[in-house]
Amino acid sequence: MDQLLISPAPHLHSKDSTRRLMRDVIIALIPSVLVSISFAGLEALLVLSVSVATCVSVEFLITRFLMRRKTTLGDLSAVVTGVILALNLPASSPWWMVLIGAVIAIGVAKMTFGGLGHNLFNPALVGRVFLLISFPVQMTNWTVKNGFFSFGYKTADAVSGATPLGIIKEGLASGMTMEQISELHDFSYLEMLFGKIGGSLGEASALAILAGLVYLLARKVIRPHIPVSVILSAFIFSGVLWLTDPLHYADPVLQLLSGGLLFGAVFMATDYVTSPMSAAGMVIYGVGIGVITILIRVFGSYPEGVSFAILFMNAIVPLLNTYFKPKAYKKEVSRG
Amino acid sequence: MTSILLYTILTLSLLGAILAVVLYFVAQRFKVTEDPRIDQVVAVLPGANCGACGSAGCRNFAELCVNSETLEKCFCPVGGNAVMQQVAIVLGKQASEQAPMVAVLRCGGSCDKRTRVNIYDGSKSCKVMDSVYGSDTGCSYGCLGLGDCVVACAFDAIKMDPVTGLPGINEEKCTSCGACVKACPKNILELRPKGPKNRRVYVACASRDKGADTRKVCSAGCIGCKLCVKACPFEAIAVTDNLAYIDFNKCRLCRKCVEVCPVHCILEVNFPLKKESIQNE
Amino acid sequence: MSRTFSVGGIHPDDSKFSMNQAVEEFPIPKRVFISMNQHLGAPAKPIVTKGDTVKVGQTIAEPGGFISAWVHSSVSGTVADVALYPDFLGKKVLTVVIDVTGDEWLPGIDRSPDIKNEITVSPAETITKIAAAGVVGLGGAAFPTHVKLSPPPGSKAEYLILNGTECEPYLTSDYRLMIEHGQEVLIGGELMRRALGDVRGIIGIEDNKPKAIRYMQQLVENYLGWTVVPLKRRYPQGGEKQLIDAVLKRRVPSFALPISTGAVVQNVGTAFAVYEAVQKNKPLISNILTVTSQDPTIQKNYRFRVGTPVQEFLIASGAMDHEGKLIPAFTKIVNGGPMMGKPVSEPAGPVMKSTSALLLLTDKQARRKEEQNCIRCGKCAQACPMGLEPYLLYRLAMASRVEEMDENRIFDCIECGCCLYSCPAYIPLLDQLRIAKNASLKNKRK
Repeated sequence: MDQLLISPAPHLHSKDSTRRLMRDVIIALIPSVLVSISFAGLEALLVLSVSVATCVSVEFLITRFLMRRKTTLGDLSAVVTGVILALNLPASSPWWMVLIGAVIAIGVAKMTFGGLGHNLFNPALVGRVFLLISFPVQMTNWTVKNGFFSFGYKTADAVSGATPLGIIKEGLASGMTMEQISELHDFSYLEMLFGKIGGSLGEASALAILAGLVYLLARKVIRPHIPVSVILSAFIFSGVLWLTDPLHYADPVLQLLSGGLLFGAVFMATDYVTSPMSAAGMVIYGVGIGVITILIRVFGSYPEGVSFAILFMNAIVPLLNTYFKPKAYKKEVSRG
Repeated sequence: MTSILLYTILTLSLLGAILAVVLYFVAQRFKVTEDPRIDQVVAVLPGANCGACGSAGCRNFAELCVNSETLEKCFCPVGGNAVMQQVAIVLGKQASEQAPMVAVLRCGGSCDKRTRVNIYDGSKSCKVMDSVYGSDTGCSYGCLGLGDCVVACAFDAIKMDPVTGLPGINEEKCTSCGACVKACPKNILELRPKGPKNRRVYVACASRDKGADTRKVCSAGCIGCKLCVKACPFEAIAVTDNLAYIDFNKCRLCRKCVEVCPVHCILEVNFPLKKESIQNE
Repeated sequence: MSRTFSVGGIHPDDSKFSMNQAVEEFPIPKRVFISMNQHLGAPAKPIVTKGDTVKVGQTIAEPGGFISAWVHSSVSGTVADVALYPDFLGKKVLTVVIDVTGDEWLPGIDRSPDIKNEITVSPAETITKIAAAGVVGLGGAAFPTHVKLSPPPGSKAEYLILNGTECEPYLTSDYRLMIEHGQEVLIGGELMRRALGDVRGIIGIEDNKPKAIRYMQQLVENYLGWTVVPLKRRYPQGGEKQLIDAVLKRRVPSFALPISTGAVVQNVGTAFAVYEAVQKNKPLISNILTVTSQDPTIQKNYRFRVGTPVQEFLIASGAMDHEGKLIPAFTKIVNGGPMMGKPVSEPAGPVMKSTSALLLLTDKQARRKEEQNCIRCGKCAQACPMGLEPYLLYRLAMASRVEEMDENRIFDCIECGCCLYSCPAYIPLLDQLRIAKNASLKNKRK
């Protein structure tokens, strides 16, 4: 007779696989990718393709020649890292800088720990922070040359110079009040929502990021705990600061819509490997990110702090996993 | 500039001095007095912490050796008589002698002798497979071939043979610590004395099935025919539950049983080739 | 408003294809293999020998201990052998083999289809009769029913929960039983309810069986002290601890028996067996099983005699040819549901008292995929109905860190398979946890 297949129960498996989850993340990133390409054009395309190509090939080379085992490219996690890293860089980044970032992300932050699942820190973020510290000039040059449709821009240099956060930081540092800054620079919430602001590729449009969030939640790839707690805590904390002194602190809506807070909350803080597993851990992790981000933005020397906040919270994830266990069956009989 | 340097050097030296004093007193206060011979014994032990001696680790074993009156009940199978001699010298006690042992596999059901009748698809672990069902061959006593013993061996002495599908034991590396014996869910690994000149004879089968059933599923399985029992001049062999077993205390390595076994499941190890068999080949 | 249990759980595809197939009487085979190990606890001891003639319903083995059960002949004929024979897993167990001649029943067994409503036996007599009929839990664990109906001193039952959840995908035997023999199930339940001391009776049914819910609701109107509780579909709702949580909102603590919450859970199949044992004097010699697969031609419900070889069902349903060759579409046979059932390695082995299904799976459905790195997504911890962290326990198990596993309550694992089912990296979590759990329980007993 034919040979029967034998294994212990269960005999069925859900349709979930690492590959499918990663594919869903890529699909959720598509709106942000499209927006970045439409505003920054070929430059964005170049950054994206260099980043993805480098991440994929570095992972292939390391698994093939250093670790000498089957390549893990099939799980698509290298592609996700590549896209997220690219969306964290300015459009004007030179190709060699993107390449270095991608090598650091995959080679140092991911594979040295043993590949997917073993890394302590979000690889894309490590790549970005490495670049931010090594090449501060290039990393904060937000000049956009030729978008595919640039009717949104008043003039070419309206988006050059700095991000809203950078402008505010400099303005406040030079002794101006928020009112004076807003008079000089017109921050339109609507523009921020649709993507007509300076910044990294992926930070441009809040709406595109939210579309990704909705998709991820609908497909149950992520749970809402992390993004919601990051956004809420950042909103409340910056709101309290703003209420105490509206002249010297940016208002909470501006804080939310500008910079990488939304992108970080949705795509980077939620990385499975580097985020806690229990609901309580996730909320603490999210609140930590939100509060530290605002602290760095308001009191730190960098205009933006999401990357540092997430990396910092990554480091205490093992601690959170140890102390915040999932909701378990109680030991005593409960009646009610 | 110089004042900054000066202050830095001063404060750091002061801090260092204070901490050194604190550390000294703490160390004095919490000093643990320990028999210095324990360290000496640990130094001569192999340091594998395998637990084969019955203690949790080499240090525990050393404590046991130091504290017990005689070394009768203390034996390190990994280090063998040589190490125990050294321990005895350190402690000034008499060492107990034991014959060196080696792990043997009581299964000869290699891939060509035992056909696979189904495909095991679960976790690659003998323990898991054993908990699910008999085995992927017709024999529910024999080696499962998933290598729990290989993982258990701390001395790299066991390797899976891809041709036979059975684990091969490197007797040079084997320290008879018994980790593989504990790891095997089928209990087919056994520690036996290495024997004079490393020569030994044992039954490479653990099947308690009836002879006819065994024959159906494995061509190298003991069928309990008792031919070996009759052939043995020293009454060293007994058949219980359709399975022959050679008592190594009685066996004199005459190898008469090897010749009569119809399924060739009695193995002889490290004997020189016989004249006839050389001529035949 | 449907209730459900509070922690974890998954929603596998329902796949209850054979829901509308009426139960057919399965022909008596030429030879039956009645295992002495069909229940939890000590194996039964045979009281017949080779050459004896037996009738249907005659006792052929006595209990081998306090937790054990009587075994009866399911056919009439002569005992061909009492020896070790392989069960469906290929493990050799003591088996009474009977060559079938005719179908002659022991006198005193009421075989008429009439429903006997009035209850005349006392509670104590009920339990004696249940024990004598060899009734065991038919929900899967096969725990002797009379033991469960006699709560240990100091504990008192307040509720009897009849388990009609049938939360495993594919299975439909309990559903068919409720639809076709709801009245008898309820009488069996009523007998057990009285035996436990007039406790409250509850029937829990998942909401994917609306017809059964409606029918049972109609029936309980004629009985005092019974209610039907519809439950939201979610696996493993049929687990004893989960069902008590879902129905009563009470949780069974670690190491405690379910009776500590005042609840006794019995399967609806068991209730039917109790009815037959007490009202009809008929011992447990037959049960209903579902033979099912994705193939629409192989989706049936059969009433079978205990000890019928597995392959008889496969041949009758067309899944296996007469030479014993499975049709090429299928590569795996599961005895029971797809989540907790056992694989069949020896189709010549018999079905047991508590066999509820023979499930045929295709290679694509059943073959495990290659294990990948854990991505720490936490899906296993979300799915675990006992609130454990399977990823952590797995890591501890691989490193043999026994004490830490106990700290993380490995012994609470109910082996439901939710963790392995939901792992996107195909890590064989439950395989290792099951071993580790049993080792831990063994240590505890020492």
